Amino acid sequence: MVENRPWLNFFSHFVLFLGVLIVAFPIWIAFVASTHPPEALFTNPIPIWPGPDLVKNYSEVLGSGISSAGGASVAVMLKNSLIMALAITFGKIVISLMAAYAIVFFDFPFRMLSFWVIFMTLMLPVEVRIVPTYAVVARLDLLNSYTGLTLPLIASATATFLFRQFFMTIPKELIEAAKIDGAGPVKFFVDILIPLSRTNIAALFVILFIYGWNQYLWPLLITSESSYATIVMSIQRMVMSAEADPQWHLIMATAVLALLPPVIVVVAMQKVFVKGLVETEK
Amino acid sequence: MGGVLNEKVDRIASEFNESQQEFIVKPVYKGNYTETMTAGVAAFRAKKHPHIIQVFEVGTATMMAATRAVYPVYQLMNDAGEKFYPQKFLQAVTGYYTDSDNNMYSMPFNSSTPVLYYNKDALDKQGVSLSSSESPSWYEIEKIAKKAQEDGYECGITVGWQSWTQLENYAAVHNLEFSSLSNGFDGLDTKLDLDQEHILHHVGRLREWQKTNLFSYGGRRSDAAPKFYNAECVFYINSSASYSSVEANVKKFKFSVAPLPYYPEIEAKPKNSIIGGASLWVLRGHAPASYRGVARFFTFLTSPEIQARWHQETGYLPVTIPAYELTKEQGFYLKNPGTDTAILQMTRVTPTKNSKGLRIGNFVQIRDVINEELEAIWAGSKTASEGLKDATRRSNKLVDKFLRRNF
Amino acid sequence: MEQQTPYKHKFLPYLLVAPQLLITLVFFIWPATEALMQSFMVENTFGTASKFVWFENFSYILEDEQYLHSVQVSLVFALATTAVSMGLSLLLAVMADRVVKGAQVYQTFLIWPYAVAPAIGGILWYFMFNPSIGILAYWLKGMGYQWNHQLNGMDAMILVVIAAAWKQISYNFLFFLAGLQSIPKSLIEAAAIDGASPFKRFWDIVFPLLSPTTFFLLVVNVVYAFFDTFGIIHATTAGGPANSTAIMVYKVFNDGFVGLDYGSSAAQSVILMMLVGVFTLVQFKYVERKVQY
Repeated sequence: MVENRPWLNFFSHFVLFLGVLIVAFPIWIAFVASTHPPEALFTNPIPIWPGPDLVKNYSEVLGSGISSAGGASVAVMLKNSLIMALAITFGKIVISLMAAYAIVFFDFPFRMLSFWVIFMTLMLPVEVRIVPTYAVVARLDLLNSYTGLTLPLIASATATFLFRQFFMTIPKELIEAAKIDGAGPVKFFVDILIPLSRTNIAALFVILFIYGWNQYLWPLLITSESSYATIVMSIQRMVMSAEADPQWHLIMATAVLALLPPVIVVVAMQKVFVKGLVETEK
Repeated sequence: MGGVLNEKVDRIASEFNESQQEFIVKPVYKGNYTETMTAGVAAFRAKKHPHIIQVFEVGTATMMAATRAVYPVYQLMNDAGEKFYPQKFLQAVTGYYTDSDNNMYSMPFNSSTPVLYYNKDALDKQGVSLSSSESPSWYEIEKIAKKAQEDGYECGITVGWQSWTQLENYAAVHNLEFSSLSNGFDGLDTKLDLDQEHILHHVGRLREWQKTNLFSYGGRRSDAAPKFYNAECVFYINSSASYSSVEANVKKFKFSVAPLPYYPEIEAKPKNSIIGGASLWVLRGHAPASYRGVARFFTFLTSPEIQARWHQETGYLPVTIPAYELTKEQGFYLKNPGTDTAILQMTRVTPTKNSKGLRIGNFVQIRDVINEELEAIWAGSKTASEGLKDATRRSNKLVDKFLRRNF
Repeated sequence: MEQQTPYKHKFLPYLLVAPQLLITLVFFIWPATEALMQSFMVENTFGTASKFVWFENFSYILEDEQYLHSVQVSLVFALATTAVSMGLSLLLAVMADRVVKGAQVYQTFLIWPYAVAPAIGGILWYFMFNPSIGILAYWLKGMGYQWNHQLNGMDAMILVVIAAAWKQISYNFLFFLAGLQSIPKSLIEAAAIDGASPFKRFWDIVFPLLSPTTFFLLVVNVVYAFFDTFGIIHATTAGGPANSTAIMVYKVFNDGFVGLDYGSSAAQSVILMMLVGVFTLVQFKYVERKVQY
C-alpha cells in the first residue's frame, strides 16, 4: 500500500467481507438446512439459522442413508470415499515420483517416448473417453471394486510433471556428492531426493486428496452396487430419486459431510497448499 | 428394484429358491431403469451378463430388435418344455411385449396403467359422482372442474407423465394410430403422427385450459402430485401404481378413482389403456441347461398366489387372469375400492392394433422431445399445432437414428 | 531436453516408469484408441454386429442441430463462467493485496470452494434456487421475479454458471493474489509519486504486468468449464430444460450411456479429444514457458 486512503481501506475490507459472505453462504445454508426437521424446509421462507435436529439428522443419514435413493448408509459412503481418495493420493504420488525420477535422472532408450506417452494423458481426461474406458474396466472385471475406482485414476500426468520440474532444479553438486559417497540410485532417491521434495509432496497431498475425494463421473459410471457408492457421486441420486419428494434436510446433511473432509484438509494445510499450488503450476 | 419393492423382489426369489433344489435365482439391483439398461448392455458386450434383465417398457423396441442377444420368452418356455398357457395372461398387459403374431417376447413383471384420481369431497359438494368402471367423458370432467373452480378450488386437473397419459394412452383409448405400422409392431421404420386432428383437439383444449388454470401443468413425471394432495387440483391423472402414494399423502379429503376420460364423438366405445412399467427379458449366451431354471422361475412367478400377492402389495397389475380372479375371491377389491379400476379399464375390450402398446426405437429420447414440445405449448410459446408438428418431426428423426444402428 | 547427470543403470529406469506407463496404456491409450475406432463404425446396441462407416458419424453429428446447440451451450457456459469467476476473483485479490491485516483470514474463507466437489457445489446452489423452497428464489419472488430453472432455460444456465464460477473463485483468487504480490512495489510507488490514482495505477501498471497470470487462468478456466463441470450439470439440470444446459461433455455421456448410441458418442469423444489437444498445446506453448522439452 503506497499512501493511506482510509475510505479505500474500508471499501477493500467491505468488498472482501462481501466476497467471503457470498462464498460461504451456500455452505452456511446447507448446514442450516441439515439441522432442521423436514417440515421446516417445506414452507417458505426456509430458516437461515440452525435448528434443533443436528444430531438426529446426521445420525439418520450416517446410519440408514436415504431410503428413497435405495442406497447405502452415508457412513459406508464416507468410508468408500476415504479409501478412494487416499488410495489415489498415495498411488499417484508414489508412481509419479518414480516415473519423474526415471525420466530426469536416467538415460535409457524410450525415455522420450515414455515422456510423451505420459504427457498424452493430459489430453485424455475421463470425459473424452467415457464409454471405452468403462468397457475396458468391465472387461477386466473391475466394476464395483476399489481397484476399479482408484487404479484408472492414478496415472494422469500432472503430478509427474510437477516432480519432474522440481527434480530438474536439484543442484548437480548434490548428485555428484552422492555418487562420490557411493550411494546407488535407490539410496539417492530414498535418502535425499524424497526428503527434499517434502513440500511438493505435501502440497500434492492436498491437491490429490481433493481430486480423489471429489471424483464424480468415474465412480458414477463404474459402481452400481450401493456398497461401493462414494458420497460425492451419491448426492445426485438422492436429489433426483423418481417417486418421492427430495428429503432436503438429509440431502444437505450428506452434502455437508461430503464437503467437510476436503475443506478440513485444505484449511489445515493451507500454507503449504497455497505455496505448492502457485509455485508448481507456474 | 429400489426402496420397498427391493424386499418384495428378494422375497419372491428366495421363495423360489426354497421351493426347489436345482436352480438359484439371485436378484441384483443395478440402479434405475436407465442405469440397469446401460449395465445390462455393457455386461452383454463383456460377456458377463445375467440371464434375466428387467427393462422398462420404453426399451421394448431396443430389446425386440436385438434378435441375436434376446431369447424370446415363448421360445424359452417351449424349448425348456415348461407348460406355458399364453391365453391365461391378461392380453392387455402382455400385448405390449408380444410381436404381431401375439408371441410373448418378455415376461411382464411390474405393469401399471393411468387412471383418474379425483377429490371425492369436491364432487360430493357439487352433488355429482363418477363410476369406478365406466369412463367419464372429457366434457363431463370439464364441467365438474369449472364448477370446482367456482367453488374455490384453484385448479381443475393436473397430470403426470404427460406423454404416456395424454398422448400414448389417449391414442390407445380412442383407437387412434400413435405411429404407423401398428405403432411399430409391424415394422421398426414406423412414423409418429402426433399432429393429427383428434390429438390436436385434446392438446388444444388443454392449452386453453392452462390459461385459466383449469389445467395446470406440474412437471414431467409425478411432480404434479403435491397439487392434488394439497387439494389445489381436483383431478389428477397418473399411474395406477401411484395408488399407495396417493393414499399415504392425501390427508385433507377423501379421494376416489375412475377410468380415464374420453371423447364420445371420437370413439363411442373406448378401448383399453396401455401399460407402463417393466418386464423381464432373457438374454442368450448361457449354458442351455440353465435356461430351464429361468423357465421354471417364470412359471413360479406367474403362479396365481405369487401374482395375487405381488398385485395386492404393490398396486401393479396382475399378469394373469387366475391371479385377478383369486384377488377378487379374496375380497380385496371390495375392501379397497378403486383398486380394480385399472384392471377393468384394461380388460374391457380385446386390444386393437392401436391399443396393444408401442414399439418405437429411441423412445426414451422421444419422450423427452414430446415433453419439451408440450412444455412449449403449455407455456404459450407455441400453438398446439406447431408444437405437435415439431414433436412429430423430431421424433421421426430419432426413429431414423435408431434404425441406423439396428441391423 | 536438459537432463541431470544421468545414471546409466539398465533395468532400474524401466522398473520405475513401468507402473505409470502400464496404467496409462491400459486405461488411457487403449480406450482412446477404441474411441477412435468406434467413431468410424456403427454398432448395434448389444454389439452383435457392426459396420464401418468412415466419417458418417462425424458428418451426422456436425449436421445435427442438437450437437451444434450443445457446442454453442458449451461456449456460452465457458465464457460466462470464466468472465464471472475471474472478474470476481480479480476484484477480491486486488482488495486482499491492499489489506495487510486480516488477509490471511479472508484467504482462509475464500479457499473453501476449491475443496468442494463441483457436483456438491451445484447441489448447494440448486437448493438455494429451488423454485418452491429455495431461499434465493424466495427473495427473487419478493422482488417480482419468478425464478424457475426447471422450466426457464436462461435461469438454468445462470444457475450452473453461478455454481461453476463459485467453485473456481478460490483457484483464481490464489493465483491472482500471488501474481499481484510478485509485482515489484517500486513500480507502483514510482507511479504514485508521479500522482497516479490507485485506479489509474491498476489499469496502467498492475493489469498489464498481471497478464501472464491472466492468460494462464484464462486457459485453465476454459478447460475447467468444458471438462470439469460435468458433475454440476449432471447433478442439477441434467442438461435441461430442453437441452439449454447440455454441454458437450454431458452430451457425450448422455448419448453413450443413456441413448446407447456408441458410434455417435465416440465421434463426439474424438472431437473433444482434439479440443483438449488444442487447449493443452496453447497452455504449454504460450503459457508454461518454464517447461522445457
